[in-house]
Amino acid sequence: MCLAFAQDFGVVTACNRGKDMAAEPGEGAFVAFEHVQKSYDGETLVVKDLNLSIGKGEFLTMLGPSGSGKTTCLMMLAGFETATHGEIRLAGRPINNIPPHKRGIGMVFQNYALFPHMTVAENLAFPLEVRKMSRAERDAKVKRALDMVQMGAFGGRRPAQLSGGQQQRIALARALVFDPALVLMDEPLGALDKQLREHMQYEIKHLHESLGITVVYVTHDQSEALTMSDRVAVFNDGVIQQLADPPTLYERPDNSFVAQFIGENNKLHGRVTAIDNGRARVKLDDAAGEVNAMAVCCGAAGEQTMLSIRPERVIVGAGPEQNALAARVDELIYLGDHIRCRMNVAGRDDFIVKIPNSSAHAALRVGVETNVGWLTEDCRALDAA
Amino acid sequence: MSEANAPMLAADGRPLKKSLQRALRAQKLRALLLIAPLLLFILLSFLLPIGDMLFRSVENQIVPDTLPDTVKDLSEWDSESGNLPDEATFQALYFDLFLAAEAKQHSRLGSRLNYERPGISSLFRSTGRRLDDLGEQYQDVFAGFDPSWEDAGFWFRLMSAQGDDDAARDVLGAERNRVAKLTGIDTGGDIGFVPSATMAELLPRTTREYTAFAVYTVKDKNDVVAEEEPWESVYAALGLDLEAADPSAIAAYSGPGAEVLKAAALQAGQLPVIDYRQAMIDIDEGWGQESNWQTLKLYSGEYTNGYLLNAIDMQKTPEGPELKPEKQRIYIKLFLRTMALSLAITFLCFLLGYPIAFLLATLPLRTSNLIMILVLLPFWTSLLVRTASWKILLQQQGIINDLLVWAGIISNSGRLVMINNATGTIIAMTHILLPFMILPLYSVMKTIPPSYMRAARSLGATDWTAFWRVYFPQTVPGMGAGAILVFILSIGYYITPELVGGTSGIFISNRIAYHISTSLNWGLAAALATMLLVVVLALYWIYDKIVGIDNVKLG
Ligand SMILES: Nc1ncnc2c1ncn2[C@@H]1O[C@H](COP(=O)(O)OP(=O)(O)OP(=O)(O)O)[C@@H](O)[C@H]1O
Ligand SMILES: [Mg+2]
Repeated sequence: MCLAFAQDFGVVTACNRGKDMAAEPGEGAFVAFEHVQKSYDGETLVVKDLNLSIGKGEFLTMLGPSGSGKTTCLMMLAGFETATHGEIRLAGRPINNIPPHKRGIGMVFQNYALFPHMTVAENLAFPLEVRKMSRAERDAKVKRALDMVQMGAFGGRRPAQLSGGQQQRIALARALVFDPALVLMDEPLGALDKQLREHMQYEIKHLHESLGITVVYVTHDQSEALTMSDRVAVFNDGVIQQLADPPTLYERPDNSFVAQFIGENNKLHGRVTAIDNGRARVKLDDAAGEVNAMAVCCGAAGEQTMLSIRPERVIVGAGPEQNALAARVDELIYLGDHIRCRMNVAGRDDFIVKIPNSSAHAALRVGVETNVGWLTEDCRALDAA
Repeated sequence: MSEANAPMLAADGRPLKKSLQRALRAQKLRALLLIAPLLLFILLSFLLPIGDMLFRSVENQIVPDTLPDTVKDLSEWDSESGNLPDEATFQALYFDLFLAAEAKQHSRLGSRLNYERPGISSLFRSTGRRLDDLGEQYQDVFAGFDPSWEDAGFWFRLMSAQGDDDAARDVLGAERNRVAKLTGIDTGGDIGFVPSATMAELLPRTTREYTAFAVYTVKDKNDVVAEEEPWESVYAALGLDLEAADPSAIAAYSGPGAEVLKAAALQAGQLPVIDYRQAMIDIDEGWGQESNWQTLKLYSGEYTNGYLLNAIDMQKTPEGPELKPEKQRIYIKLFLRTMALSLAITFLCFLLGYPIAFLLATLPLRTSNLIMILVLLPFWTSLLVRTASWKILLQQQGIINDLLVWAGIISNSGRLVMINNATGTIIAMTHILLPFMILPLYSVMKTIPPSYMRAARSLGATDWTAFWRVYFPQTVPGMGAGAILVFILSIGYYITPELVGGTSGIFISNRIAYHISTSLNWGLAAALATMLLVVVLALYWIYDKIVGIDNVKLG
């Protein structure tokens, strides 16, 4: 089934179960994409058959490399782009023909899009004004929103007189001030430095929890996606590669794209010799040996596969029952809490091992020959991309 | 606390401010050198001409330069007294005018004063032709006394200095100066004649006139003084001098020509007694009219506000400046019309240009490039061709009228007049100036990211509200720049109103051009241009107060 789908749309990977997971847009789904396609030029599909349902109060992140169609999806949801095919529903209502200003969706833009000719307070009052709210009510809401982002003292300033982080907060407050049930954020923290970004991540997450709003968040920073989200949709080439909560995404990637995109990953290439009870026996290339792995997405016996092992799950000095392979230490990098060790394994010299900084491993030196291995449950046999 | 107030010191112990200034000076100098050619160019091609124009609008040298003595005497005259100036003034007028007529400068003065008092130029021209008669009356009598008076060499010997001690350098210098101012030629250098101080004492007027004659003869005509018979005015001066001379002083004179001079002095009773006032009135009765003299006195200064007053429909009178009679007021009306039409043109440019600029900024590149070419097309066509094509389109037998008649919207007899009036000017100039509105608007709109409009709409604003509350305010700097460009360009526009403006659609610049090339009243042209400059600067100032010049953005 995976394969058939992949052929239809020319997708590289054979295994993405995101489609399956969202295929049944439950009755309770707050936002639902159903078979949504989008093309700008009539020649290539930027979004290919998107199926996604987002629950009320959920924090869903769209994660993916540049050009994978994240912003396009967001813009279709906000109403600034129309879907070429398919239906988007909000709270059960199809919204394809509803203009953006009637959708009541809050939105935070990457460049903040604060109106430069208005003060901060005027910016915040704008959505309330167009909703014909009374002045008293407006002022109260603006004040509350400013206090919410700890910017109460800045109402009289122009956006240009604020720092990047402050502008970010105002943009956030503006998207929230009219109490939308759904807020879209397109790389809202992209322009901030690392420390501020981490701080804002926490604040956004906190606001999400306290306000009970639904958030669709776009980023290409995986750590941001993992720390903030209830679920992450990993995009590549207009297709959701995997839709899962952060631990699943990290521990159990469905295909090699996700495995490599999320976190650090060691890959070993080989050919499946047998599949038995969900476990695959894999003969590594270059006759480096035969190992066991979980058969996740590896096709039948005789096909190429790529094994994926997280660096921290590698066992140094493994016994034969632990899929042991001969290894030579090429480089040691001291990182305080752990030591990064680059090894030569199965003919590849980019095999990374993270070793906890404990006295047990003090003997490791560059050039030392040893064994590395893993528990079969920690190694996943994926498509050979 | 005190430390914070003390000036910061650089590493070498000098005050930080001084060190910084020194470091920046070299940089500034280099920058200055780089822009020096441009600065020079601007100075020569922009500031100097404007300065010259400002100067010309008040300059009035020609009157005191042509009639220096008359002007001096006139300052004593009470123009309200109801009397003509005194005899001395008329004498001064005779001698001033005589030299001016010899140098053919009297008609220039006539033309100058004619701007202020139409008709006065003929007074100067006819007077210039008939000045000789007066001096000839003396000349004949002197010739009767002694034939030497008709001998050029005798005069030269009589008037020449007898050596360095006797040289009347001050008289020579004054007369050089007088001729130079009158004719504009360089009167420096040797003229082969130095007036005698003795003579200057004895016959002051004669010495002056003879010296002026000598300077002019040598410098303008390149003749030799000793070979030229003096002008009639010298005989007239001699006559006046002998009448007034102290007989004992002349009797004591022993220099060259003493015998002949003494003989003439003894027979002075036979000289004609001439009333200069009557003589001038006989030459042209205009000199008997007080008003002519009043005009002369009003415009006798080296500088005058007359042109500027004229440019705002006022005139100088002996009682001070006052408005011209209703029928002669044209410039204020013209200024107002120029401004009104320019405003209309600016507004139309804005109305037409804004949507185009918006399209340019928002459409995909390929389409917007095409529109941009259409916008710039007018720049690539000759102004004359464009204006002429408007003529063809708009004239009463033109294409637009034909179409309207054909469509039955207007009747054949009711064809619209759209050219050779204000309508024509507005239409043609709007077309020509449109790019100057579009380009700044476009460059400002181009910098407004589409996310602003999107943000506004996501916040609940309709398309119109999003445009009006969010987009439009951000285009104000472009509007300001475009409006100022179009308005200032159009307020000084010349060629299009000239071609399609008829009489009701012409601008102040057309009047300026008229005065420069047809009426040759450069002073008035300069004054009108100065007023135009003042109006533009005033509008600029008001604009700065209301909109703020910082709010203008060209890109
Ligand atoms: N207005 C447009 N016209 C034509 N093509 C577009 C347009 N907007 C986006 N695309 C194309 O669609 C694809 C997906 O773009 P999109 O902006 O959704 O990517 P993204 O995932 O948001 O990337 P990034 O992380 O860089 O923001 C890209 O190949 C892009 O070139
Ligand atoms: Mg994007």
